[in-house]
Amino acid sequence: MMTRRVPMLREIRLGIRTLILHKLRSLLTILGVVFGVGSVVAMLAVGEGASQEALRQIRQLGSHNLIIDSIKPTDEAVAGGGRVRMVMYGLRYLDEARIREGFPAVARLAPAKIIRKEVRLGATRMEMRVVGSTPDWFQLVRRPVVAGRVLTALDEEQGTAAAVLTEHGARRLLANANTLGQSILVDGKAFEVVGIIRSAGGEGAVQTPDQDVDIYIPMTTARRVFGDLTTRRTAAGHEREWVELHAMIVEARELADVEPLAWGIETMLRTSHPDGGYQIRVPLALLRQAEATRRNFNIVLGSIAGISLLVGGIGIMNIMLASVTERTREIGIRRAIGARRRQIVRQFLIETVVLSLTGGLIGVGLGLFIPLVITQVAGMPTVVTAWSLILSLGISVGVGIVFGLYPAARAARLDPIQALRHE
Amino acid sequence: MTRASPVEDPVIELHAVRKIYRMGTEEVRALDGVSLQFGTGEFWAVMGPSGSGKSTLLNLLGCLDVPTAGRYLVHGEDVSGLDDDALSHLRLRRLGFIFQSFHLIPQLSVRENIELPLYYLGWDPAHSAERAVELAGLVGLESRVNHRPAELSGGQQQRVAIARALANDPEILLADEPTGNLDTATGEQIMRLLGDLHGQGKTILMVTHEPEIASFASHQLHLRDGRIERIEDPS
Repeated sequence: MMTRRVPMLREIRLGIRTLILHKLRSLLTILGVVFGVGSVVAMLAVGEGASQEALRQIRQLGSHNLIIDSIKPTDEAVAGGGRVRMVMYGLRYLDEARIREGFPAVARLAPAKIIRKEVRLGATRMEMRVVGSTPDWFQLVRRPVVAGRVLTALDEEQGTAAAVLTEHGARRLLANANTLGQSILVDGKAFEVVGIIRSAGGEGAVQTPDQDVDIYIPMTTARRVFGDLTTRRTAAGHEREWVELHAMIVEARELADVEPLAWGIETMLRTSHPDGGYQIRVPLALLRQAEATRRNFNIVLGSIAGISLLVGGIGIMNIMLASVTERTREIGIRRAIGARRRQIVRQFLIETVVLSLTGGLIGVGLGLFIPLVITQVAGMPTVVTAWSLILSLGISVGVGIVFGLYPAARAARLDPIQALRHE
Repeated sequence: MTRASPVEDPVIELHAVRKIYRMGTEEVRALDGVSLQFGTGEFWAVMGPSGSGKSTLLNLLGCLDVPTAGRYLVHGEDVSGLDDDALSHLRLRRLGFIFQSFHLIPQLSVRENIELPLYYLGWDPAHSAERAVELAGLVGLESRVNHRPAELSGGQQQRVAIARALANDPEILLADEPTGNLDTATGEQIMRLLGDLHGQGKTILMVTHEPEIASFASHQLHLRDGRIERIEDPS
């Protein structure tokens, strides 16, 4: 005389029917979960979008690369005063040679000399950022060639007067593809425009080495023509600056080499530059850091949104408790007919889970829609990940179970005799 | 007080059953030592003034409650010590309830109300729907199977309740003032329906306080202050 179990599907159908009977109430009940899940998905999408944007920018620097910049000491640190000040700092040609020869893990190295000079093209005059570098630069900072070519080994060896404009520089000089072959004057010296390349993209938080560069010329040419000494007029008088190299991009052979190499170079530079004057950036380390930050950020955002999900759950519990009271007689009837306590628990639990899951599904729809609006209106990047959908649906089912358990247990605990008498 | 002659095939046996409620410091002896045998196919009317213990007796017989003391046997099986699950199972398998205020579930159709015991018995939907329609026919409501209880008259609702009570083919039908909420004519129809079921061999235990209704039964049990006052046994 075993009782066969009621199939789950029939229990779910019964639950859905009961809920449809009170459409408005069911809808209002799930609103909390709808907005809870919606905000969890949307918040995670915003967090994910922001972090992926940061990661993209860092990746642009190249995960195999180290970037070493010369840093000008603060004015207080500069010795001497008076009308003519002489400042000497930063990376030396000797450093470049030592890094090239002293570290087998170095695959390529591109030094950069940054000079601010007046540039003329036809009637246009501009103070521009001119960078002297080697062909490797264009391998390490990959930008598409818009027209013409980039600097070659031949330019470097022969110290040619070739100049490659960035789009940014070309725009300022009113140059375009037709300018190729024409002469520009850099501080009065003639250079031939041989190519135009894409500029560093975007205004991200991460400083790329080619940010704000207008013109590239061969390193040998830059050294020969402009030297290492620049003189600047300041309010206090003249300021002379002796800087050999402004930056270096060092590429490691293997990903595993990146951090030991950074450490090795740091150690070496610390001995030769006891006063500092340089800074090493390791995109890989930044990447790791950004990934850790992003995880924490997502957890915080998700938790805040999770609170609204909690509120939604409490809303469901509230309504289910009212429903249990309202349906006391029904519970009594079912119990008198022979329903076990467990079956009453299941009936109410299934109702709450159906409610919260429905709310979750609608909320996911909302959560897919909100990021679109955010991207459209605020221009913020958003990324909806599959796991955030699964997570929030899972949580909404969990909310249904947790907040349905108490009302369901209360329903099942009712004494059938009392329940039948209930009006 | 006991029956004149012992029953050969008792469905239910009560041995010195007591039910004592505690109301604050006071003890209420709702049933105070009731011993009785109900035979298969008998139609009993349980009578008595309010407070005589007839509702308590019906709740015990219906396995909705357990006695404080004494033994209660269904087909020789002692149910006094059973737990809630086992009592639920017993109700589902062997008992059918008919209540004074019908107790249909308002959001379910007539057919679904009749199907309710079959739902818990785990019948498949097709079979249970078939049986429900058949039972609706038996109580003369085949044209109303898709109506909601609220769309039916009181008498019709009680007939639905009877059909539901019969769905699991119970050994015992328990009726609690089945005509209490009905007018005299409708009440008589319901009693004739119960009479028919008795004629077909169902064991029926009915609580009532109206002598005219009790006259439909084959046996009468009169309670007073939780004790058997009188038994009217035609045999």
